[in-house]
Amino acid sequence: MTGTTADKTTGATAGEATDRWRGVAAEDKEHIPETVSLLLRTRSRRLLGDLLRPHRKAIGVLTAVIVVSNAAGLALPYLVKTGIDSGIPPMTHGRGAGTLLTIVAAIVAAALTQAVTRQAFLQLSGRIGQDILLELRRRVFNHFQRLSLSFHEKYTSGRVIARLTSDVEAIAELLDSGFDGLVTAVLTLFGTAAMLLVLDVHLGLVALLPLPVLLLFTRWFRRQSSAAYRRTRETVALVIVHFVESMTGIRAVQAFRREPRNQEIFEKLNADYRDANTRGSRLVAIFMPGIKLIGNVTVAIVLLYGGWLAVRGTVTVGVLAAFLLYLRQFYEPMQEISQFYNALQSAGAALEKLSGVLEEQPDVAEPRRPATLARPRGALRFDAVEFAYAGGPPVLPRLDLEIPSGQTVAVVGTTGAGKTTLAKLISRFYDPVTGRVLLDGLDLRDLDETTLRRHVVMVTQENFLFTGTIADNIRFGRPEASMAAVAEAAEAIGAHEFVATLPDGYQTQVGKRGGRMSAGQRQLVAFARAFLADPAVLILDEATSSLDVPSERLVQRALRTILADRTAIIIAHRLSTVEIAERVLVMEGGRVVEDGPPEHLITRSGRFARLHQAWLDSLA
Amino acid sequence: MASDPDQDPYGDPDRRPGARRLSWRSLWRLRSYLRPYVRVLIVSWVAAFLGIAAGTVIPLVGKEIIDGPVRHGDLGALLPLGLLALGLGIAEAVLTFVRRWSQIGAVLGLETALRDDLYGQLQRLPMSFHGEWQSGQLLSRATTDLSTIRRFLGFGVLFLVMNVIQLTAVIIVLLRMYWPLGLLVTASAVPIVAISLRFEKRYIGISRQVQDQQGDLATLVEESAVGIRTIKAFGRRRHLYETFDDTARKIHGTSLAKVRLASRFFTFLEVVPNVTLAMVLLLGALAVAHGSLTIGTLVAFTTLVLQLVWPVASLGYILAMGQEAMTSADRVIEVLDTVPEITGGTRVIEEPRGHLRFEGVEFRFPGGDRPVLRDVWLDVAPGETVAIVGATGSGKTTLTALVPRLCDVTAGRVTIDGHDVRDLSLPALRSVVATAFEEPTLFSMSVRENLTLGHRHATDDDIREALEIAQATFAYDLPWGLDTRIGEQGMSLSGGQRQRLALARAVLGKPRILVLDDTLSALDVETEALVEEALRRVLADATGLVVAHRASTVLLADRVALLRDGTITHIGRHPDLLSGVPEYRALLAQDADLDPEQAVR
Repeated sequence: MTGTTADKTTGATAGEATDRWRGVAAEDKEHIPETVSLLLRTRSRRLLGDLLRPHRKAIGVLTAVIVVSNAAGLALPYLVKTGIDSGIPPMTHGRGAGTLLTIVAAIVAAALTQAVTRQAFLQLSGRIGQDILLELRRRVFNHFQRLSLSFHEKYTSGRVIARLTSDVEAIAELLDSGFDGLVTAVLTLFGTAAMLLVLDVHLGLVALLPLPVLLLFTRWFRRQSSAAYRRTRETVALVIVHFVESMTGIRAVQAFRREPRNQEIFEKLNADYRDANTRGSRLVAIFMPGIKLIGNVTVAIVLLYGGWLAVRGTVTVGVLAAFLLYLRQFYEPMQEISQFYNALQSAGAALEKLSGVLEEQPDVAEPRRPATLARPRGALRFDAVEFAYAGGPPVLPRLDLEIPSGQTVAVVGTTGAGKTTLAKLISRFYDPVTGRVLLDGLDLRDLDETTLRRHVVMVTQENFLFTGTIADNIRFGRPEASMAAVAEAAEAIGAHEFVATLPDGYQTQVGKRGGRMSAGQRQLVAFARAFLADPAVLILDEATSSLDVPSERLVQRALRTILADRTAIIIAHRLSTVEIAERVLVMEGGRVVEDGPPEHLITRSGRFARLHQAWLDSLA
Repeated sequence: MASDPDQDPYGDPDRRPGARRLSWRSLWRLRSYLRPYVRVLIVSWVAAFLGIAAGTVIPLVGKEIIDGPVRHGDLGALLPLGLLALGLGIAEAVLTFVRRWSQIGAVLGLETALRDDLYGQLQRLPMSFHGEWQSGQLLSRATTDLSTIRRFLGFGVLFLVMNVIQLTAVIIVLLRMYWPLGLLVTASAVPIVAISLRFEKRYIGISRQVQDQQGDLATLVEESAVGIRTIKAFGRRRHLYETFDDTARKIHGTSLAKVRLASRFFTFLEVVPNVTLAMVLLLGALAVAHGSLTIGTLVAFTTLVLQLVWPVASLGYILAMGQEAMTSADRVIEVLDTVPEITGGTRVIEEPRGHLRFEGVEFRFPGGDRPVLRDVWLDVAPGETVAIVGATGSGKTTLTALVPRLCDVTAGRVTIDGHDVRDLSLPALRSVVATAFEEPTLFSMSVRENLTLGHRHATDDDIREALEIAQATFAYDLPWGLDTRIGEQGMSLSGGQRQRLALARAVLGKPRILVLDDTLSALDVETEALVEEALRRVLADATGLVVAHRASTVLLADRVALLRDGTITHIGRHPDLLSGVPEYRALLAQDADLDPEQAVR
């Protein structure tokens, strides 16, 4: 099996074929050429557009609501101004408070309008956001499950989890707070500018003078914080990786006195994270007061110039008051923008990765028009099959092999001989590079997934048990099976005995990842699961390796009956399993070097005879 | 509980850490982490207070401008007042900058130091602790909880104090300017504070619910990723999707409830000040008309009312933050306060001979009703190798874990050269004993580093020798040889390759006592034979304790101990046990009772 070390592959330079950056290739790369990052952004945007499209109408409504809301908000200072300028003079002249009351009523009305529309906006945008998240979760989860094993072998489970949890949550964060903040900030920006100019062109223009500075300053901050934020994410990821690895491997850490060196490494990574964080925080420490400075200077200028205009009688006191209120409304949300940028940044990075995952195509594609297979017999044929893992050397150079239905075949050979590859091809975890694998004369590629999985089942040495009861796990391949059928399957495989000793029997919870059961017990449950699924072809890949001898013997006795009426491929290091096989294939370097009934092969002086002798010796 | 002692000797995962108690005590205890930054913190707090003062005075300058120069047409007084506003504005911004900038070092320093300490503590805590805690739980303490604490101690506390001061200051100013209006504004703050507090309580409740559901979803995702082979093997994609979808919908529903709650609250938060503003205008205008209030004061009032919104509304938010920080501090302190049950003694064996004895050893899990090991007596002479044979669940792995003190005996003692292992210093003990585990743990670092975990100064020759013994010379053929990075973050190796590297690690440096816990299970027959051959040489000098499932491994040993139900029932040579003990034969003799015609002969 091939693999590359992440830290040894250097980032590619610009101008390389964009295909190299398809899918998840750009993940965790520190330096990405400009063209590629453009490509990634386009891809993210496409996904975003895709997610937003079903909500077009709602977004239209949302826009209308937010405009009304902001208009009402913008009306308030103007009404205050009118109150001061037109409401007070009549009263000082002894002419009732009619105008003032009208204006106050208008303020209350505007405030209520703003409240109602704002609430509607928050609820509607919240609903859209949550709908988008649900859709995104569904899509990504489903896609991960559809992707082939070859993908999952490269893409660790940790990364899958990160995509579906922290990345989705980063987008949730943006939808939650950022969206509202951005829309309000933009609308306030334009609305306020307009109102200032309407109130008084001269004073308005002067008040808007610092605007270009503000925009340039914001742009500077955005660029800087973008880089700083990326660095923070990178450094924290390293801290997390090291932390998790030390904790999951704590037994080895302690047994081999690794603690001091680990502490050194951790403190170094932690310090890197702190430095990255410091840089980000310093930017904010410059940005927020910077915005405040611009705001305060503007206020001072308005007071000076506005005061001067007021002395000359060009503007009224009300206008001056309105300006002060507007400027407050204007600069307050600008400070929040720094938080919005962080949310945007992490959501952007998340979207980039998620769109990459969604771009990956399963190597093992579903057929357009699936063939039907009503009563499978379980006859297998390898027709000129060649196979290599992506980019690697050929694992199976060329294989022609026929396994008649009902035969039990043992495959033996040293590590790397291609045994597991053979099994993976039969269960279509991979497709051959050339040639075909046929089940009952049908190319596996023509069978839909459900049919194929119904009839071909593989049991490996890593037996995953899902959260739930033992019965649930045995039923996994056939959820409709009755309790009696579950018990029967367990009994047939010799698992019933240990299950019966558990306090809740088949209803015992297996615990996280089956953690409360021994490897052997998990294995037995996995056998029962495979047996209950009742496939036409059963593949056992090193499936008995974690059983102790008495259990293995039980399983083997059971296998004789279980395998009687189905095709079976048994892969084993230990020859004890081979005893029940009618035929043995000895593999080496991807080729079948010996093939025949075990009793024949033993008498010859080939590899199998030697292996067998070694095994007999090991039994002492 | 159905815990199998052989596989999980380190505690029942169901036992959750102690109940939560919410108090300031844990948080208060963390203050020592801020001690190095006292001066900086004083600067930042002083800057904060001065900043508030400047911010509050600016509207008052506005008032003076309107009531003074504007009203009286006095241009001469305008300039100094305008410049004062400018100066105060600049001062406020600069002070804010000083506060933020000076805080960074202290706050991040606290977080970093705390994380270092937490990590160090976790490395010290024994397996019994780690068996109880998922690494995910520990991670959330080292990341999320620490950030929560950092945010609160850095900004929360400061804002809490500042807001209260600002609130008081502004209210005093308002009351002194014109008390009826001041009273009105003060009264308007009451419902905001009340509703904020109530809202935060409900909001936290619903946020926790969302978090829990997200946790459920994460578990599901984890299972779907780790168990992908099984899911694919049985074609159960759709079933899993449905389970996932159920949980995702639940999150959707709860999040919507959260959105509704928040939208009502934030709307309320905006309505009250705006209505107050209307009232201030109404009453203020009336007062101006009656001449009891100047127009400048009215303008100042309207600006100050808006200035109050944030400090008032954020009180609830900050208090909620404080509660979260308290919870986080509790969670962190809980780990920091756990006393490592296994601490080293002081003794060092100068020239270890490797005489290993189990004397009446008993082991039971905390709270376990029946012992996993009881009355175990075993004497392994220097240089001797003893194989441990027993059925699944008989306590083999636990027995081996007692030697390097990954667990401690609950009665009796384990001695090396006559010293109780508990009297030895841990580094000394663990350099005498080397273990290769059934599940080989490799870290994301180079092969070389993985091998020299316990022996940082091992030479290339030492490494080569160890690799040869373990039949792991394939390591030289990796793309970057011994410098190839392996583990989760690096190149993936097969189970057999990983086991051989783990074995090489154990034999490197020629430990006096070598513990092999079924280390060869993933090797094919030929490799196994080669490894055994080489191990025989190593074990000739060293004392060995070998857990064995197969007859071939047993042959490495001079004697065999049969473990049954947690105690040693027979000790003897392999052939003797084979002929004399039927139970032993059943465990090891593969073909003991197979049908003759079925067995391949």
